[in-house]
Amino acid sequence: MSARAAWRLESLGFGRVYDYAAGKSDWMAAGLPTEGTAADRPSAATVARREVPTCHLEESLRDVRDRVRAAGWDTCVVVNERRIVMGLLRADQLAQEGDVSAGSAMRPGPSTFRPHVAIEKLAKVMATRDLPNVPVTTSAGELIGLLVRGDAERAAHERQGGPS
Amino acid sequence: MPTEIGREDAQQLIAAGAQLVEVLPKKEFDEQHLPGAIHIPLRQIDPGVGASLAPERPVIVYCWDSA
Repeated sequence: MSARAAWRLESLGFGRVYDYAAGKSDWMAAGLPTEGTAADRPSAATVARREVPTCHLEESLRDVRDRVRAAGWDTCVVVNERRIVMGLLRADQLAQEGDVSAGSAMRPGPSTFRPHVAIEKLAKVMATRDLPNVPVTTSAGELIGLLVRGDAERAAHERQGGPS
Repeated sequence: MPTEIGREDAQQLIAAGAQLVEVLPKKEFDEQHLPGAIHIPLRQIDPGVGASLAPERPVIVYCWDSA
């Protein structure tokens, strides 16, 4: 939409027109301030954990499992060299036996959330679909962080005025 | 030809005085927008837009993302 707006402005005589194509979603993913009636609303971007275990497709599952567990996690996001989400290794996948790669053990194409979506909505989705965690990505699929269901439910509860 | 820019370029241009325009529907703008942005929906970018924007200054337009 912004690309069409930029072209239209140029056709109307504006000489220096720039299209911030990654837009509001990218701005919020970076944790930058916003204005508006919902500016302080928790979202996937603000609640997601940023420091999460990642690995590459070709890594040994055994090595990944040891590293992930040592870090106190039970999930690892499989990414490529551009940090694009390729798959997810949750507890079941991490527990697989044998000398296999992360790429062959992972759940490919996992559901992802966009950074700007309100946390109340995501908490409901995660409860309904019984999702323990979901990667949060840019529209291009780049990993921003991992939204943990407990964190989402806690933030949604606090938002609704419940005790913290 | 409009120039596609990233976040850092956008921040630099904003700091240098660029005009920031969100083209999403009003509800989405009202809820959350970039600091200092004005709201001009895509369908309202017409010859009268000069009343809201200065043609001699840079303009940055944005929506949610490129998807």
